[in-house]
Amino acid sequence: MSFLRIENASKAYTSGGQRTEVLDNIQLDIAEGEFVAIVGFSGAGKSTLINFFSGLVSPDSGSVTLEGKPIEGPGPDRGLIFQNYSLLPWLTVYENIALAVDHLFPDWPATKRREHIERHIAMVKLTRARDKKPHELSGGMRQRVSIARTLATSPRILLMDEPFGALDALTRGELQQETLQIWEQDKRTVVLITNDPDEAILMADRVIPLTPGPRATLGPAIPITLPRPRIRAELSTNPEFKRLRAQVIDYLLEAAGSQKTTITRSLVLPDIEPEDLTRKSIFIGRRRPVRRSEIKTETVET
Amino acid sequence: MKSFRFDWLVLPLIGLLIVLAGWQMIAGKKIVSTDEEGNIISEERVGLVPALPDIRDTWEASRPYIVEPMAKRGELDQGMLRFTFMSLGLVAVGYAIALAIGVPIGFFLGLSPVFTKMFDPIIQVLRPVSPLAWLPLGYIIFMEAGRDTGTLAALFTIAVCSMWPTVLNTAVGVRAVPQDYLNVGRVLKLSRTKMLFKILIPATLPYMFTGFRLSLGIAWLVIVAAEMLTGRPGVGGFLWQEYNSLIYEHIILSIITIGLVGFILDRLMSVVEKRFKTA
Ligand SMILES: Nc1ncnc2c1ncn2[C@@H]1O[C@H](COP(=O)(O)OP(=O)(O)O)[C@@H](O)[C@H]1O
Ligand SMILES: [Mg+2]
Repeated sequence: MSFLRIENASKAYTSGGQRTEVLDNIQLDIAEGEFVAIVGFSGAGKSTLINFFSGLVSPDSGSVTLEGKPIEGPGPDRGLIFQNYSLLPWLTVYENIALAVDHLFPDWPATKRREHIERHIAMVKLTRARDKKPHELSGGMRQRVSIARTLATSPRILLMDEPFGALDALTRGELQQETLQIWEQDKRTVVLITNDPDEAILMADRVIPLTPGPRATLGPAIPITLPRPRIRAELSTNPEFKRLRAQVIDYLLEAAGSQKTTITRSLVLPDIEPEDLTRKSIFIGRRRPVRRSEIKTETVET
Repeated sequence: MKSFRFDWLVLPLIGLLIVLAGWQMIAGKKIVSTDEEGNIISEERVGLVPALPDIRDTWEASRPYIVEPMAKRGELDQGMLRFTFMSLGLVAVGYAIALAIGVPIGFFLGLSPVFTKMFDPIIQVLRPVSPLAWLPLGYIIFMEAGRDTGTLAALFTIAVCSMWPTVLNTAVGVRAVPQDYLNVGRVLKLSRTKMLFKILIPATLPYMFTGFRLSLGIAWLVIVAAEMLTGRPGVGGFLWQEYNSLIYEHIILSIITIGLVGFILDRLMSVVEKRFKTA
């Protein structure tokens, strides 16, 4: 029996009377302790897919099961690392993690909880930023907090939705490497969503491409047999790595090229920053949330 | 224009001088005609607005109320600071009632589309109603209260008029809470209460404080009107009494006091508001 499983799932969103079929006929089996990466274009439906596991989104048809039991909603056994960090801006690094830890382990003595939090802050090298608020941190540091927060809840499964997508290349490489190191210690089940084939191959045991939407579906899995621990800097010249990379990219480009029409689709740009509260509105009551990124439409030739 | 040293001080002072000069220019001046022995024959006021006291007369008449701000000579003859505190006391109670009612209503509006559809039209209609219209209704509602009727009617008016910005800003704030914050709570399976106190309320606070600041401004506007109509001692009550006693200098004194106090309240609230801006 597989550990995590999606069977024949599909999902469509209806907004403003317009129906978008996002995912279609999704089949996915993940073994316990496996590190799976799903690679796809922006707006293909990657977040939707991983949220089948987190329980924040449920499929219109088909089933999602964990050890044979249907997933019916979110829960702390499936730790989600959000695309945009989702730290609470009014809490410090310590408090953000404490919110989760205090809630999930209320029976622990206070000192044990504190040590647990401090240990996870140290694990992501943020001890010196312990009492800072998220807005005082760089993007990389924020995602570190988010990772620490999720790991501190001791989830059985780690779900990462484009965790490093909004970071600069150097920081991204650094965090990929550190995340791998942390993972190597207990090798829990991970589902990683990414739009970066290199990242997928560096980190995962198995890379699965997601075809571009609408009606995106999963392509054939590509097993990654590169020996661990993997070092990013060494991989770039590795011929096997190059071959895998070409395979993933070719598949995705071919899938994108097979649709010969022009489609207009909206894509959610990663909203990496919290809502902009510094902007004042002139009219009382007219104030609407101002976010620095929002849902945009793009017309693409495919 | 380029900024220069002390422009923050010099420019407002110039502005003030211009306004004072304008006031002095249109104000009436007293012309006293005397005969050779110095007996007053006639006294008349000349100027663009003859009845408007000029700066000097206003200062002379106001001095006792300013230099002895806490004096109490009679019910409606007290130092300005004393009047201010009396007005503020009433405002504080009415404002507290407004927030206590306004915040929950705002949360319901923000959380429930059904609630919004039900009550939003009524709110939009009641919101622009002037305090002068609410006060008589307050009198009727608290008719049985005897001596306290005036006070209760004033509190009712302050609460009803000043709660709207709090209601609306809280509602907007609740609706603007990013889904991601709520998802953090959902993944942790926070209870409804914890979700409210750990995520929803803190995320809404910056909006709520904008509402609180605007509400306080309105509460201060309303108190003056309420005091004028009820004759309660306070800055507004004093203003109305002095108008009836033809001591026009004190009207100007009251206006300046009301303006300064309102300004200080707004500044204080925006300091608090800024502290809650967590971006
Ligand atoms: N809650 C929603 N309501 C309507 N449309 C949505 C919603 N969430 C996502 N979509 C749409 O579904 C598609 C896939 O979104 P998403 O899963 O976020 O893609 P990805 O994470 O791959 O960028 C996009 O076209 C997006 O606009
Ligand atoms: Mg996404």
